[in-house]
Amino acid sequence: MTSSNDFRWRRDTDGLGVWEHRGKVAIAGYGHSPVDRRWDGVNLDATVGAYTMLAIERALEQAGVTIDQVDGIVCCDSHIAGGSGGSASQWAPRPYFDPPYDTEYGLTLVNAQWLINTMGFKNVRFAPTGVPTIGEMMGMASQAVGDGVCNTCLVIYPTGNLEGRYRRGGENADDYARGARQWTVPWGNHGGNDFINIFPHNQYCLKYGGEHDDLAPFVINQHKNGMLTPWGFNYNNGIEPISVEDYRTSRYILNPLRIWDCDRPVNASAAYLFTTAERARDMKSQPVYVLNHSQHNFRFRTTQPDLDEVEMWTDRQAARMYEGAGLGPADVDIFNPYDGYSIMTQFFLEGFQWHGVKRGDAFAFYAGDISVKGPHPFSSSGGNLGNGRTRTAMYTDSIEQLRGTAGDRQVTVRAETALCAFTTPSSGGWLMLGKHPS
Amino acid sequence: MPKVIPVSDELSQPFWDAVNQRRLALQYCTACQKLQYPPQAACQVCGSADRLEWRDVEGKGHIATYIVIEDGRLNRRMPDQPYNLALVTLDEDPTVNFYSNLPGVPAYQAPVGAAVELTFEEVAPGQLIHEWQVVK
Repeated sequence: MTSSNDFRWRRDTDGLGVWEHRGKVAIAGYGHSPVDRRWDGVNLDATVGAYTMLAIERALEQAGVTIDQVDGIVCCDSHIAGGSGGSASQWAPRPYFDPPYDTEYGLTLVNAQWLINTMGFKNVRFAPTGVPTIGEMMGMASQAVGDGVCNTCLVIYPTGNLEGRYRRGGENADDYARGARQWTVPWGNHGGNDFINIFPHNQYCLKYGGEHDDLAPFVINQHKNGMLTPWGFNYNNGIEPISVEDYRTSRYILNPLRIWDCDRPVNASAAYLFTTAERARDMKSQPVYVLNHSQHNFRFRTTQPDLDEVEMWTDRQAARMYEGAGLGPADVDIFNPYDGYSIMTQFFLEGFQWHGVKRGDAFAFYAGDISVKGPHPFSSSGGNLGNGRTRTAMYTDSIEQLRGTAGDRQVTVRAETALCAFTTPSSGGWLMLGKHPS
Repeated sequence: MPKVIPVSDELSQPFWDAVNQRRLALQYCTACQKLQYPPQAACQVCGSADRLEWRDVEGKGHIATYIVIEDGRLNRRMPDQPYNLALVTLDEDPTVNFYSNLPGVPAYQAPVGAAVELTFEEVAPGQLIHEWQVVK
């Protein structure tokens, strides 16, 4: 199989200019599986493999494409912990089942080869291994279709989750800290974006004024939006909206980070079908067009990123994306940044200056009307906080908003461009979508 | 307070050797005139490997901010919860920072902005780690 390193697809440097395939690549379909809290280890209809096949079938059905027409599969074989999960995220070994569930693949992991074998794809010519997380996969598929590496490409993002407390085994149970962990773990930082972002967040509060609980309106709105999202966890599992009091009295994880600042790990899968704009026009559902993709992987200059670094990184992300899309902040109608921890989202909002929000303005913005029916429908997807840690809500909501099919979540403002991402301040990728190709 | 024990490697061995001698020695790029921590194979500014040397630093800093770990994932530190995790900037170069549990400071009571100085803590026989304590 092609390695992701064999194909130069990244747009991860400054000053690349307008993307050469702007408006020539489209998303023609998507599909979501059910979203469960965990896989029970028994029900083979609810494994992440079974859910991935279901998501693929739904994406193909929506686009009106058959399995034999698919010639590209970009699938991240990591489960919920992603590429950074480390050994602590491994639950295996476990008792296995009859094929195709006779290894970890299909149960808690999925990759392109397992899907090709299990679903019977016959004409796949692009199926890279070593695929990054979805924030970058969307760009990889866009570039692959634009360059003609493949023509009809599935992007698949499975997120598995099993019983037990999250990441409590493996290296987190070790008495020793090896490799990069020798610089963090002896003092208690076991890694993760909660740790990476809570310190800059605290510095943000000190620099601009405000306090942690000023995040409450944003977190609450994410839950409200999640309750309007039929393919999310909250909607399907009767999760009640939370109040300011609920938020303020919820337990701390990394004080001041609370449990409601963290997304909920889930067992689910989603699939997206990318193709050329030309082909998409003849497909079953309304296409949305890719106007740019960009990636970033900024290196920490020392142990812990500080606010200055995070603001510089997000400024550069915004500059790259806007330049490549040929758009500016005022052109972006729908804005779905990553919110896996609520403490990082203000950095994106301000870096991209959505609706004119500048550095230090986010808490005041959150305190205003950010509902989907209001003038500033921020993160209309509900993100991960409102839908569970699928890491795909930002993309699907953007597609639906541009199509006008977001139902109760449909914004009342203009919806012709959408900016969406799964990214942290230091690494990941952005995708700009348009209702029209130009 | 049983902390997790760092395991040195080829790159970090000089650093931990210095710590075990109660010194804080950081990489210093003679081309960029810049301290670097944690150690890396090359200067992250100019990319030079042969201009890196080890340089003792004074060990003075300030608390930039802190959190309190109430529900962490490290088995070995569970009994310690809740405990402070502070971000300490080095006075000689505030872009270099370190973590600290601020020994002697009760949880939730870290004085943000206060001066701190280097100290050392034994986490295993013969293995020290660098820590920071508030200057009285």
